[in-house]
Amino acid sequence: MLTAVLGLGQIGLVAAIALGWAAKKFAVDVDERETKIRAILPGANCGGCGFPSCSSYASAVSAGTAPINLCRSGGSAVVENIAHIMRMKVETSTAQIAVVLCQGDDRKATLKYHYLGLHDCNAANQIAGGPKLCPSGCLGLGSCVAVCAFSAIAITAHGLAVVNRERCTGCGKCVAICPRHVIRLAPATATIHVLCNSHDKGGVVRTYCKVGCIGCGLCRKAVPSAYVLDRFLAHIDYSHAALAVLAADAIAICPNQCIVDFTKNYPDDRLLHPLPAIPDRPALVTDDEKAQR
Amino acid sequence: MTYKSFTGGIPLVDSKLVDSKLATRGAAVEPCPIPDQLIIPMSQHIGVPAQPIVTVGDLVLKGQTIAQAGAFISVPIHATTSGRVIAVEPRLHSLGKDLLAVVIEADGEDRWDPDLTELKSAQWTPDTLRQRIREAGIVGMGGACFPTHVKLAPADNKPIETLLINGSECEPFLTADHRLMLEQAEKVVDGIDILRQALAVKQVIVGIEANKKDAIARMKQLVVGRDIAVKILAVKYPQGAEQVLVDALLERQVPSGGLPMDLGVVIHNVATAAAVSDAVRFGHPLIERVVTVSGPGITTAKNLLVRIGTPMQKLVDFCDGPRGEISKIIMGGVMTGQSQISLEAPVIYGTLALLLFGANDLPQQDAGPCIRCGRCVAVCPLHLLPATIADYAMLGRFDMAQAYHVMDCMECGCCTYLCPAFRPLVQTLRYAKAGILAQQGRS
Repeated sequence: MLTAVLGLGQIGLVAAIALGWAAKKFAVDVDERETKIRAILPGANCGGCGFPSCSSYASAVSAGTAPINLCRSGGSAVVENIAHIMRMKVETSTAQIAVVLCQGDDRKATLKYHYLGLHDCNAANQIAGGPKLCPSGCLGLGSCVAVCAFSAIAITAHGLAVVNRERCTGCGKCVAICPRHVIRLAPATATIHVLCNSHDKGGVVRTYCKVGCIGCGLCRKAVPSAYVLDRFLAHIDYSHAALAVLAADAIAICPNQCIVDFTKNYPDDRLLHPLPAIPDRPALVTDDEKAQR
Repeated sequence: MTYKSFTGGIPLVDSKLVDSKLATRGAAVEPCPIPDQLIIPMSQHIGVPAQPIVTVGDLVLKGQTIAQAGAFISVPIHATTSGRVIAVEPRLHSLGKDLLAVVIEADGEDRWDPDLTELKSAQWTPDTLRQRIREAGIVGMGGACFPTHVKLAPADNKPIETLLINGSECEPFLTADHRLMLEQAEKVVDGIDILRQALAVKQVIVGIEANKKDAIARMKQLVVGRDIAVKILAVKYPQGAEQVLVDALLERQVPSGGLPMDLGVVIHNVATAAAVSDAVRFGHPLIERVVTVSGPGITTAKNLLVRIGTPMQKLVDFCDGPRGEISKIIMGGVMTGQSQISLEAPVIYGTLALLLFGANDLPQQDAGPCIRCGRCVAVCPLHLLPATIADYAMLGRFDMAQAYHVMDCMECGCCTYLCPAFRPLVQTLRYAKAGILAQQGRS
């Protein structure tokens, strides 16, 4: 009996000393700022910052190798919090969201051929330059929908990608995947856009689309401060937020109805399939919460 | 009698598709009338597009060079009839895009350029023959259009020992090479002789599929005493693909990522051999080819001798127009051809055939999920795993697709043809290949 107690006690003592020494010797220095930043980040692992996950971005920020304002999904609140943790100043930047610069769905744009293959815009675009006659319009096969981590893009019943402005975080994944570069990031405050991406001359645009920008320049004549004309394609000058409001004055002038105000029920809600639910993600548990448990 | 063959592929014996050749196999080649306007694209071959050297208003003669080769892997392009250049501008190409082309208005006289002359056999050396073949703009006539002179210029460390001549014509509907071997066998055999001298090889084997009995008999008759072997191949698709032909005739495997040249083997098509004979004997460049016009959607199926640059509409008109409403136009064979968006595009070097189908001839089915039956694996003549590669491609894992040798895929279409879930496997593999090439271009 006594031998057993003493024996076990001795083993316990040796193990305790060994573990104690090992804990000191092999301790990993975790920057506590990294843990805090990881807790603040959205946890969607969208990749918009250029890092494979929120956690790797957090460690890069705490190591000082990444700027603090890369998380576009988290918005300004996250950037401010990271700045506070890192004791840095916030450089203000406006939030951006994605806009699909095309209105040419199957009722308005002419098809080149009937496509039957793989349901992927990049694959379709390799076949004779895509099934649409327009070389720069939305193909509507949903490669952008597949990459969106926030379920913020849908394809309408007539085959056109549309961004949900509440859900979009401006991470830019759809911009990168689109083979036709028809999705752009624009300031979230801008609600008026020229929805066309074709740099072709007016006569050519008319052959394949009823709602394409023909580069007539009437919008620029009407509101010179808000519109820019670049190679037969008008777009809003987003650099002056205050001036962009004036762009509304040109909406009625545009002969092809390319200029659209998103606040005026665009697109027609009846055309939209209901957006898929945002998948549940396990909430991140902070160290404080762990301690409480 | 057992025929030479390979593992995998689709045996077309007892298949509906074998009968597809019946429509035109007995039809003698007819010359297609020269249209008023010929549209000659500058990119008809694999490699760098040719550079036009004529301008609008120039008068050209048949066979005159109108575009210079853009690089070593490129060929010059010639006027296919005499007339006046009326435009040098992008025109609809069979790839479905507008690409640079020279448009010639025919003067109806069809006069040869008098400077084109024979290369006397006293002057034949591998160098002069290669030079002549390059000047004549000859490319592989089997569909891929790889410049022939490049295949006649082996690297110093890879001596060529065997010349294989491909007369298999394994694709359904096509009978152009079959008719050529029957009607112009002398020219084909003469071309084979010239190619053999250009390569300085001993062993020459002609492979012909067993469904062309008359062509085999004719060729066997002509090669007597010439040290050329004629071997009979099993009727199986894709018997005519380079790697497969090496496997069937020589029982050797082309290494992954390699070419038959790595085994000391060079392969040329029978139609290429005929074109080589024309170029050397008469100085005539490549300006025409035999095209099979067939399919359930054509009124009279024919084999036509067509000038390069003839709009496909002219071929259909000459074959008494379409039968019923047309829902699909394929330039080339049904397995490897290119769907067309219109009949305006011109015939190019790679136009093996023009096939028309009505709406009911092509049952269409939506793609379903893979059921893991493994038929694509069993049928792949290159022993790849198409379904696995396709899965990786759709996940964006091009690195893994490459590790599974997607770059070796020759896009024969056997996997897609047999897939019971109707998955577009070839398109997915092509998508992966394009993705890998884009990644390599970036890095």
